[in-house]
Amino acid sequence: MISETLLLTIVLAPLFAAILAGLGGRVIGRVGSHSVTIAGVALSFALSAYVLKQLLVDGAAAYDGSVYTWLVSDGIRMEVGFLVDHLTALMMVVVTFVSLCVHVYTIGYMHDDPGYQRFFSYISLFTFSMLMLVMSNNFLQLFFGWEAVGVVSYLLIGFWYTRPTAIFANLKAFLVNRVGDFGFVLGIAAIVYYTNSLDYSTVFGARDLIAADTMQLFPGVEWQAITVVCICLFIGAMGKSAQVPLHVWLPDSMEGPTPISALIHAATMVTAGIFMVARMSPLFELSETALNMVLFIGATTAFFMGLLGIVNNDIKRVIAYSTLSQLGYMTVGLGASAYGGAIFHLMTHAFFKALLFLAAGSVIIGMHHEQDMRKMGGLKKYMPITYWTALIGSVALIAVPGTSGFFSKDILIEAVHESHLLMAPYAYWSVLLGVFVTAFYSFRLVFMTFHGEERFHADEHHKPHESPWVVTLPLILLAIPSLVIGWITVEHVLFGGYFGNAIYVLPAHDVLGHVKEEFHGPARFVLHAFTGAPVYLAAAGVLGAWYLYLKRPELPAQIAARVSWLYKVLSNKFYVDEAYQAVFARGSRGIGTALWRVGDVALIDGGMVNGSARVVGWLSGLLRHMQSGYLYHYAFAMIIGLSALLAWYVLR
Amino acid sequence: MQLDWPILSILIWLPIAGGVVMLALGDRSAALGRWVALLTTAVTFGISTLLWVHFDTTTALMQFTEQHDWIPSLHSYYSLGVDGIAMPLILLTTFITPLVVIASWTVIEKKPAQYYAAFLILEGLMIGVFAALDGLLFYVLWEAMLIPMFIIIGIWGGPRRVYATIKFFLYTFLGSVLMLVSLIYLYLQTCDNGQCSYAIADFYDLPLGLNQQILIFLSFLVAFAVKVPMWPVHTWLPDAHVEAPTGGSVILAAIMLKMGGYGFLRFSLPITPDASDTLDWLVISLSLIAVVYIGFVALVQQDMKKLIAYSSIAHMGFVTLGSFLTFELMSVNGDTRGAAMGIDGAMVQMISHGLISGALFFCVGVLYDRVHSREISSYGGVVNTMPIFATFAVLFALANSGLPATSGFVGEFLVIVASFRADFWYAFLAGLTLILGAAYTLWMVKRVIFGEVANENVAALTDVNFREFVVLGVLAVAVLLLGLWPAPLLEVMRPTVENLVQQITASKL
Repeated sequence: MISETLLLTIVLAPLFAAILAGLGGRVIGRVGSHSVTIAGVALSFALSAYVLKQLLVDGAAAYDGSVYTWLVSDGIRMEVGFLVDHLTALMMVVVTFVSLCVHVYTIGYMHDDPGYQRFFSYISLFTFSMLMLVMSNNFLQLFFGWEAVGVVSYLLIGFWYTRPTAIFANLKAFLVNRVGDFGFVLGIAAIVYYTNSLDYSTVFGARDLIAADTMQLFPGVEWQAITVVCICLFIGAMGKSAQVPLHVWLPDSMEGPTPISALIHAATMVTAGIFMVARMSPLFELSETALNMVLFIGATTAFFMGLLGIVNNDIKRVIAYSTLSQLGYMTVGLGASAYGGAIFHLMTHAFFKALLFLAAGSVIIGMHHEQDMRKMGGLKKYMPITYWTALIGSVALIAVPGTSGFFSKDILIEAVHESHLLMAPYAYWSVLLGVFVTAFYSFRLVFMTFHGEERFHADEHHKPHESPWVVTLPLILLAIPSLVIGWITVEHVLFGGYFGNAIYVLPAHDVLGHVKEEFHGPARFVLHAFTGAPVYLAAAGVLGAWYLYLKRPELPAQIAARVSWLYKVLSNKFYVDEAYQAVFARGSRGIGTALWRVGDVALIDGGMVNGSARVVGWLSGLLRHMQSGYLYHYAFAMIIGLSALLAWYVLR
Repeated sequence: MQLDWPILSILIWLPIAGGVVMLALGDRSAALGRWVALLTTAVTFGISTLLWVHFDTTTALMQFTEQHDWIPSLHSYYSLGVDGIAMPLILLTTFITPLVVIASWTVIEKKPAQYYAAFLILEGLMIGVFAALDGLLFYVLWEAMLIPMFIIIGIWGGPRRVYATIKFFLYTFLGSVLMLVSLIYLYLQTCDNGQCSYAIADFYDLPLGLNQQILIFLSFLVAFAVKVPMWPVHTWLPDAHVEAPTGGSVILAAIMLKMGGYGFLRFSLPITPDASDTLDWLVISLSLIAVVYIGFVALVQQDMKKLIAYSSIAHMGFVTLGSFLTFELMSVNGDTRGAAMGIDGAMVQMISHGLISGALFFCVGVLYDRVHSREISSYGGVVNTMPIFATFAVLFALANSGLPATSGFVGEFLVIVASFRADFWYAFLAGLTLILGAAYTLWMVKRVIFGEVANENVAALTDVNFREFVVLGVLAVAVLLLGLWPAPLLEVMRPTVENLVQQITASKL
């Protein structure tokens, strides 16, 4: 039995630590702040692992219960409560583990920052919010966690609040996410409309009600209600998981300190959308239109965002584009109904991507806050631990057979291949070509940073140096699962019915079932990989990067000059930012100014308000002439009036 | 359990008496005056909590009722009572007023006694408006309320205060006069064998034809729409806010705007249900215009107070939208499912907006006291010199953008969910507030709070003092509490709201 107290402790420990470090940071000091927050997250991690053990080993039943009633309106009970099944437990362990690593890492990374306590408070608050999100048993709390992680992300991207770029980026991130949340809220409203409930169990139980209904959003066009619901929810996921066209905030979010790039913008928060869609699998399964849309968006993100990683020179931004691309892979998995595969990739990605970001952070410290890879090179000998762990992260990312990323990504690709949806071929080719792109930009990063000639100019005192143990320890801790977690868990998690009832797949969509037939243990799977295209594409990518950036480093510039239009398009990120800036930012300010100047100031105030005042003034001005004050005027008027009256009487 | 002493009268007359005492004391001792004001409002708040404690949440009937002869020749009584809609609004009033007194503590130097007296008298009158059960009494208090506010803005206001007060007064007064005509008409309709009545409850039972109802509805609409304010009769509000002293803005935004929303629920809907049904499209359209149009207008404001004023109009759009959903729901779905949620949402939004907009105006006041500018461009990087203030400001800004776990989310969420039942596009347009509200609020935060220290004024800022900290802290706790656990508020309202839904869906024709 999983107890409520246990779950409450898992959630509240980080919250309590966050409040203590946030409000009492000055009192308990730097050491006090990091101690209490690390203790809180460590406790959450230990208990989360215990919950997972209870579910897996002791065979405990999933927990589904409410903590308190938020409100009751119109007979609909809105509650705060927990649903902890295999899917949730997996997320809890991943979130708390990565968070713990990042907490420890932060001691080193933020060592000299005056906002030390504040930072620890934020990341603990984030852990609380993320746990509330994944542990929710209803849509309301899901949305609460959803927005709460968004706010912490907002605060953390703008952590260095004096930097103009940081406070631009955090506003952008929040607003783009709000566009997603807008869809999400509409989806929730639709769900309440059809099922009169916000609880997952009730909603999923009543999903046939939604499926049976249609909606007319535009006159004459009938939509399946379930499609509308799922698309609305997916728009929410697109915001949070940074899918095209709501992806623009994620690269800019790199303005935040590197630890949160690892925790929030790679491992956990951005995967909330993936988690949510997997959680909603009973709904998404019923709408092929929605699944096709998911496939299309995911595939587009996976391939085209990967391309952008090739031309960027900022070490963090390259990894950010890689994150976008990998999130696209997960989304493609969702669209192909391989929800388990998407969650599995989410898990492996959490480890190796957090690792890559933290390694990048280590490089940044070692290089004295330099992020431009053109000013690096040859760091291998200065930072061996960072190098080797980064290399492990990279091989996992490009899915070298045997690593964790290999199992998750290859299975996703296979799963998409099995899908019969309309968008499946497009998605398949996108993710397949994406493998080459991924390998290319990943090893471009490795080669430019750690190999080749040293392109930095450092005197004796500013030589790059390996980071302290609080930084390298988390790297090592993350490198281990990045390498082995796939091999150990793939069979059980993906093909052993791990998710049970947490994920629902229609028999017709059971792509993972087909992959399972081909799967005969991890070792055979590794061998089998050499008969397929992805591994050779990856090798080609690595070789290409090696040739261009180590063997003939003068070539990339020549190629860029040769196809300068392409280079321009890519380095300007397909001009999406510019377009949004022009249309949405400037456009809405233009609309606002127009409505204000024309509507409020000119028409309402000038026309109605002051206009009516003027009419009164004008009328009284006219009438005033009749009150001249001369007696003979009045007498004259009386005579005219009198004669008119008399005339009327006589002539009547 | 009812009380055997007239709590509502005490709540009305105690602050008024305090105000009169202060006027009598004059400016002999500013310190004494402040303490009298604080004591009076604090005791008033203390007593008002008894309303909550002793409130019977199982009935929709009026509670704590009192009735005395007032103008016998007009059959008008001094008749008071509260239900689940009025009671929370009275608590909001008694909660906000002491904070206003504290907020003005050292700020008002010109004639402080009169200043506080105006607020005390205003408090009594506002409580009276929410508690009045007699139409004429309601009207008298409703109009009387304008006088202290007129004085507050006109004497302690900014440079263009004369323009603003005249505009404020004419707008609201013109709206209200039409309401008086309707009240008199309703009064005459109740006459039976020479027995007439101004009791609002008697108005509910009047059989009125559709044309009669429509005329009455429209006259009420003008009165309440100006107060809310609804587009296009909203332009008095930004001007009034800009010129009003901080305390005046807080009361105006937090409580006086709620009079409009309250009026719809107390008068328009139950007295003229069929006209409301016929003309609900008008109110709903104006509400949605308020959310979207005003949202865009708020985006481009350069003056912080103006921006928050526009934000108020947009947020009050949810109040009117939620209140009038019932009829759409009936005609679309054939049942009242969702109607109570709409009204719940409207009510919660009123309380929440009272807290959040009050807090935001207070935040602007804190900055204004130091820098004497309300222009966004006069600031930048305030967080560097005022970290505690910045924490509060960001919290209230997020609450204003409807962040879950703050009160700002609850009402908007309920109204959006309820409006989806009526029409997808209502929910769609109302939902745009998620984007627009965040855009105008957080863009202001970016320009005022974040960034490098912009100029010497900002560099010279000192963080909040204890007095300011108390006000902001109390409001922050209230905003979070209502956001994390709104259930008790909803419980208090439920019987009244359910009764109201029944009342307004029963045709009078």
